Amino acid sequence: MATTTDTGVDFRTRLQTWLPKLVLSPSLAIMLVFVYGFIAFTVYLSFTDSRMLPSYEWVGWQNYDRLFRIREWNIALTNLAVFATLYIAICTVIGLMLAILLDQKIRGEGMLRPIFLYPMALSFIVTGTAWKWMLDPAIGLENTMHLWGWESFAFGWIKDREMAIYTIVIAAVWQSSGFVMAMFLAGLRGIDNEILKAAQMDGASNFQLYRRIILPQLRPAFLSAFVILSHLAIKSYDLVIALTGGGPGNATALPATFMYSYTFTRNQMGIGAASAVIMLMTIAAIMVPYLYAELREKK
Amino acid sequence: MAAASTETAIRSSRFARVLIYLVLLLFALFYLLPLGIMVVNSLKPLSEITGGNMVALPRDWTIAPWLSAWSTAQIGVEPTGLRPYFINSIVMAVPAVMLSTIVGALNGYVLTKWHFRGATIIFGLLLFSCFIPFQIVLIPMARILGILDIAGTTSGLILVHFVYGIGFTTLYFRNYYAAFPTELVRAAQIDGAGFFQIFWRIMLPSSGPIIAVSFIWQFTNIWNDFLFGASFASGGSAPMTVALNNLVNSSTGVREYNVHFAGAIMAAAPTLLVYIVAGRYFVRGLMAGSVKG
Repeated sequence: MATTTDTGVDFRTRLQTWLPKLVLSPSLAIMLVFVYGFIAFTVYLSFTDSRMLPSYEWVGWQNYDRLFRIREWNIALTNLAVFATLYIAICTVIGLMLAILLDQKIRGEGMLRPIFLYPMALSFIVTGTAWKWMLDPAIGLENTMHLWGWESFAFGWIKDREMAIYTIVIAAVWQSSGFVMAMFLAGLRGIDNEILKAAQMDGASNFQLYRRIILPQLRPAFLSAFVILSHLAIKSYDLVIALTGGGPGNATALPATFMYSYTFTRNQMGIGAASAVIMLMTIAAIMVPYLYAELREKK
Repeated sequence: MAAASTETAIRSSRFARVLIYLVLLLFALFYLLPLGIMVVNSLKPLSEITGGNMVALPRDWTIAPWLSAWSTAQIGVEPTGLRPYFINSIVMAVPAVMLSTIVGALNGYVLTKWHFRGATIIFGLLLFSCFIPFQIVLIPMARILGILDIAGTTSGLILVHFVYGIGFTTLYFRNYYAAFPTELVRAAQIDGAGFFQIFWRIMLPSSGPIIAVSFIWQFTNIWNDFLFGASFASGGSAPMTVALNNLVNSSTGVREYNVHFAGAIMAAAPTLLVYIVAGRYFVRGLMAGSVKG
């Protein structure tokens, strides 16, 4: 690099070569401390007997061992599996369907698209408030149907331990399906029409066009939708709090609500930290390969 | 994308088209109904809600629930209404959005126009930080805020949102600047322009759209955040989402649904407004966070 003798002349040039790194370094430092340092700290805590406050007494795998014996954690994991599967599947189906329908030279597309997408701009607390009440049998949908004369109509899922988790799916699908629609629509708009026209001339039906040509080309959109939705599902917290508060009982507990209640209200910080680590691992298992592939492609 | 090629070549019959419009309108109804019903019921007296039909228009129109939600409703222990919390959210969101956008713009500029070893790794580290479940940082963050003596304050929340916003804003600006002609930067360098001059005179003037994306997306995320607000802000310094949840889920007294709805719409209004005014950028931000490039 530069020799030490050329002091005055090129101070400016040397500053210029260092400036970019200098500008980036605060962000890097912040990331290393607030993200990776914090992750390390939480991982460490998950191996200690921390309760109300962090403690540094090493207890090995004990917290993980206990975590998987706690009934509520197992309920939370089962709920997450049910919720994530249905949420991802239904959002993908609705999103893909709406995108394909909107792509048929629809008049008023400019009006419909924002209507499908606007729930994404709302807070989950707002969504939860709206749906909590619509699904409440005493004053919501059920009551309205009764007033309209459909006396036998019953929809009390939100109060039902077995069914309450599905109400979370309904509200979450309402919020995110428009977003999936937007991703698929962008994918559809990128498809080369010449191929479609050629296939049409060969006598391909619309169904064949979608099956053989269009859907295979939407692969990246499917992958992105899956990654984004699964990551949203694992992080789901606000919606559960606003819609059911994790209840009835703990019938709608998810890992995120479990972590919060064990760490901050039940003073079992070691266990809470262990559950947070499991959440991170799950998300990392999905995100790291995806991000790695995306970054490789870019180069 | 050429304008001519954006329309699909798929042809459909008349009957199919009627069906398509029908399905699309049904879904439009599905998305609009919850918000519409909330608006209608926020303008009814409570007796019409508990005793009546949720889709019926009010018989006695009233704005009393709105006034109550804004200035007199019981939030936690104080009958302050949502107003102070609305202000908290603004005071929290505005600086956090500005700071994270400025830093993101600089980072994106450095990462795309000043190549050096390790840039991809650094970007990868920043990128992963966008997707961590925030539960993993809650405990140490609570400690740090305590040590810095800003636990339970709006300043604490500004710091938190700034820190965890950098990843996303960097992602936006990096992807945007990657498509910006590097030759222009090199030419300016040869003419003797410095690092900041280039940023200020060449990059920023053409960054309008991505600044809009960053502003809108950060604002929406920060305004709608609940987890950090619930964890790190106590009592009077809580943001709007936390206050709304306290209002709706407080177990004392009569449930004033009409007041809850008015409050929910107030909490939704700023982000909805942004969405209506600048929805185009909102969609771009969503895309940048998922399918890149």
